[in-house]
Amino acid sequence: MEIISYVFLVIGGIFFLLGGLGILRMPDTFNRIQAGTKATTLGAFSILVGIAFAQPSWILKIVVIIVFIAISNPIGSSAIAKATYKSKNIPSNLVQDAMAKVGEDHDNA
Amino acid sequence: MTIDIIVFALLGFGLLFTLIRFIKGPSLSDKVVSLDTFNMIVIGVISMLALVFNNNLYLDIVIIYAILAFLETIVFARYVEGKQDGNH
Repeated sequence: MEIISYVFLVIGGIFFLLGGLGILRMPDTFNRIQAGTKATTLGAFSILVGIAFAQPSWILKIVVIIVFIAISNPIGSSAIAKATYKSKNIPSNLVQDAMAKVGEDHDNA
Repeated sequence: MTIDIIVFALLGFGLLFTLIRFIKGPSLSDKVVSLDTFNMIVIGVISMLALVFNNNLYLDIVIIYAILAFLETIVFARYVEGKQDGNH
């Protein structure tokens, strides 16, 4: 049981490290949003699952935290991406712009 | 335990990388993204503290911190959306 817990904790730490490294090394803002949010979501899940294996009586609070992170983190990353797009500070090397034909009528959302 | 020290070292390097990006980030949205990632890594650090100190109450702190980090991300995203140039 402790071995499984330590494996999950080390996996979570490695994913948090990769998230920070992606934030530091990726070339533009949208890549940074992807790297940071995806890697840290999996890292937080993995560390919390490792804690649940180490202390099985704490599982209720850990389930609450996991559900809240699974809901809130993609919403936050989507809000940042939309705000970055709307702030007209997008990188100049986009190959596809799917938001361009959404139109002005959704602009007040 | 040595495993705890290894995990804390990995989390610390993640925090260091996000802080470097937060200081030198060229636009405002880069800083908001690095702040979001910083908050997530701090959630991992407090969870590890709950395991090290063997105390259940740190997970309550994690819940409150996660709620505040989510609200902070949403508010800063609205702020970035309001600024049309975003170069500050």
